Amino acid sequence: MHIDLSVKHVSKRFESFTAVDDVCFEVEKGKFFSILGPSGCGKTTLLRMIAGFEEPSEGNIFIGAQNMADIPPNRRPVNLIFQHLALFPMMNVAENIGFGLARRNESKAEIKKKVADILERVNLPGFDSKKIHQLSGGQKQRVAIARSLVLDPTVLLLDEPLGALDLKLREQMKIELKKLQEEVGTTFVYITHDQSEALVMSDHVAVMNEGRFEQIDRPQNLYSKPASPFVARFVGNNNRLPGTCVGYADGIAELKLTSGETIAAGTERQITPGAQAELFIRPESIIIEPAEELPELNRIQVMVSSILFDGANSQLLATSPALAEEFLISLPQNRQYEHICAGDRVEIGWDFRAGNCFTVP
Amino acid sequence: MIRTLPQSKSYSIGFKIYIILFFVFLFAPLLITCVLAFNDSIFPALPWKGFTLDWFFSDGPERVGIFHDQINLASIWVSFRTAFFVALLSTVVGTCGAFLFEQETFRFKQLLYFLMLAPLVIPGVILGISILLFSNTLGLFFEGRFGIDISLLRPGFWLVVLGQFSFITTLVTLIVSAQLKKFDYTLEEAALNLGANRFEVIVHITLRFLKPALLGAMAVAFLMSFENFNTTLFLVGSDATLPINLYLQVRDGSTPVINAISFLLIVGTSSLALFNLFIQRDRSE
Amino acid sequence: MKTLAEAKSKLPLFIFLTPILLWLILLIVLPHLDLLRMSFRIENDYGDMVWSVNNYLEFFREPIYWLTFTRTALYAIIVTFLTLCISLPVAFYITKVAPPKFKGFLSLLLLMPFWVSELVRIYGWMILLRESGVVNHFLLRWGVLRQPVEMLYNDVAMTMGLVYTSMLFMVVPLLSVLDSLDDSLIEAAFDLGSSMITIVWKIIIPHAMPGIASGSIVVFMLSLGNYLTPNLMGGKNSLWFTEQIYNQFIASFNWNQGSAFGFLLLIISSLIIFVGLKLTKQKLSGVIQ
Repeated sequence: MHIDLSVKHVSKRFESFTAVDDVCFEVEKGKFFSILGPSGCGKTTLLRMIAGFEEPSEGNIFIGAQNMADIPPNRRPVNLIFQHLALFPMMNVAENIGFGLARRNESKAEIKKKVADILERVNLPGFDSKKIHQLSGGQKQRVAIARSLVLDPTVLLLDEPLGALDLKLREQMKIELKKLQEEVGTTFVYITHDQSEALVMSDHVAVMNEGRFEQIDRPQNLYSKPASPFVARFVGNNNRLPGTCVGYADGIAELKLTSGETIAAGTERQITPGAQAELFIRPESIIIEPAEELPELNRIQVMVSSILFDGANSQLLATSPALAEEFLISLPQNRQYEHICAGDRVEIGWDFRAGNCFTVP
Repeated sequence: MIRTLPQSKSYSIGFKIYIILFFVFLFAPLLITCVLAFNDSIFPALPWKGFTLDWFFSDGPERVGIFHDQINLASIWVSFRTAFFVALLSTVVGTCGAFLFEQETFRFKQLLYFLMLAPLVIPGVILGISILLFSNTLGLFFEGRFGIDISLLRPGFWLVVLGQFSFITTLVTLIVSAQLKKFDYTLEEAALNLGANRFEVIVHITLRFLKPALLGAMAVAFLMSFENFNTTLFLVGSDATLPINLYLQVRDGSTPVINAISFLLIVGTSSLALFNLFIQRDRSE
Repeated sequence: MKTLAEAKSKLPLFIFLTPILLWLILLIVLPHLDLLRMSFRIENDYGDMVWSVNNYLEFFREPIYWLTFTRTALYAIIVTFLTLCISLPVAFYITKVAPPKFKGFLSLLLLMPFWVSELVRIYGWMILLRESGVVNHFLLRWGVLRQPVEMLYNDVAMTMGLVYTSMLFMVVPLLSVLDSLDDSLIEAAFDLGSSMITIVWKIIIPHAMPGIASGSIVVFMLSLGNYLTPNLMGGKNSLWFTEQIYNQFIASFNWNQGSAFGFLLLIISSLIIFVGLKLTKQKLSGVIQ
């Protein structure tokens, strides 16, 4: 296993504010690694430290086997796709892509050949002499990627490059980017606040919050086995149900709700009785009007406060004295639940092991 | 009221007449000056006595056309040289100024910025006399203390260049600053990231981005210098610039040669203005 | 906070700062200090230079000096006001009334004459207005006049010349400031039932204030400091203050008296600009975009 990027105990402090706090991770060669976090969590600062635009206050960054301390950004074997792409408006496509090659003093013929090759690769053959302002959003995207890939970097950094695109194009570019990465085999480090981008494209995702990594895992695990309440709420939708633990056995905690009812809450970790805890349960794990005979189900009577119709993603909002917060429940569009209207009282239920329960710190 | 709103007929016609009168007022003196450059008369006045190119090409003895008028030709050449040096110097220093005020932070920046704007509100005549006085004081000082006579400090070509430079640089700084404000600094980072060093970033990215503004500023500086009168008046030595020379002729009575020179100036400056406009348009594309 | 920008050396700062400091200190600050110093020096009866306020006293003792001074300032204010009144409708027409396709063309046409030397423009007016001039020629031919009339060398001709010369510096800021006025504001005011006069006073003028202030400052300053136009179009008896300065420097060779006059001109121009900025509640750095 060959490590392309290794970040060791890196921190970055701006006066009293800590933007990045003791972050460690490694990225294997050829992997697609994402850093997912809300805006202001420090992910851009981390990326800028890897690119060399900021110096870490503490810790070291290794690319390949080489320590990057004191190496200026123009000598690092990493390239960055900027959030707004930063294509040079005064140059055409070929000049943009050839810019880095020309800085390496490669011959004109060599540059021309490489530019043509990479344009072919990103599906823009013959675009050499186009001006930047003549390109569409998706084409600009590809030129920016080509401009970096042509330099054959050890690691390609991407700073939310899809943020400016509209929804349809973003979906398309996600797939394209993933395919391209598999083709060229370059290590990608991608930062985004959009969980769907991270989940769809990445081999591994790090979830970042307030300067720290909360969890580094495969996308499936992030979703099904969140390591912290933050991850549980940030990745995908989740309903929160707070309570007090009154018993624990074999991966299931007994949770006493504020309304006095007791429910069973699946958990990955030991929860001591008496502790404050909260259960996170996904909208799609909740069954509406569960059959009487189903075993091991928490059942609650709720009132439907409204129905949010959104095609396949339709949901309903439900309230109950037992629930501290309004619950989001998936509403499958299979005609089974067509009779439900706002204001109706229905029973909902979920499997004892369906949720994730955490102690409240 | 405005084009999207319904307007009464009298409002619309009245406004149109006003605008037409305004443009007549604007162009009448220039047009008449140009027309009379081709009048076959020894006075720049009507009546029209027929078309002639004498005031351009005639070689004397009664009529000396501009292309044979040594004094005027010499002053045009002086103005060209002055404008060239002023444009060059003020563009270089003004670009430094733009970078200084847009990119750097230092103590007393605000104070220095106001000082930089000052030449805009100092009358040109005052700039002229204060620079004349100071250069004279310096000249006397060097002569008294070290016994050296510095000709640079006496009224003459270089003092005119310095005098015009002193306020034109402010304009250049403002023009270049305006463009530099629009510069996206991630472009510099992108270039660094692609392997360019600081010097290459400035040459390939920043200056290339500023090029239209620099050319425009240079053209403005050239024109401002070429037609400057107030500041030049006090600093001029034996080589008169064209405006000074023309002033002396106009004051003491005129011949259609002045119309011929004016015609050339109008054509010349208009084309420079168009050239400038062309650059700006190219940039906004 | 140690970002890349701050980690880089101080070298660029010094490269940029040095020429600017040289320029501002050697060509602006020191010359004006010298002007101030010279204005307080006079030659005494023994031919030695001594400190004195006599140059300033002389200004108040001789009515011709302070009368010219007041006259110059007043006329400069009148010229500024007239220029504003003439330019505002033109700028409004070009930005808001003219069909959009003519907008660029009209602005270009408007700026064209001002690229030409001031001297050429004044010369054009002289050809038009003098006794043997083109206007007289036509008026005689059409029978309006029986005798040619000298229309040059009076205050009206001079004022018109000054307005003409400095118009550009009023029109350009007005064009840009009116261009930034959203048409829908006028439409909204119209929709809410305002009259045209209300729209002009409540919407257009307040929005255009930065442009009006910046145009007025420059026009005022240029008129006050103008030498050519009053000299060539005004009366022959040196009634513009810059002419007094010129006379002291070049004709009488009394540089100290000239310096005092120059400094007074500088003070009055700064003072009026300052008052103007205060009245219109604008800032100098804001006015000069």
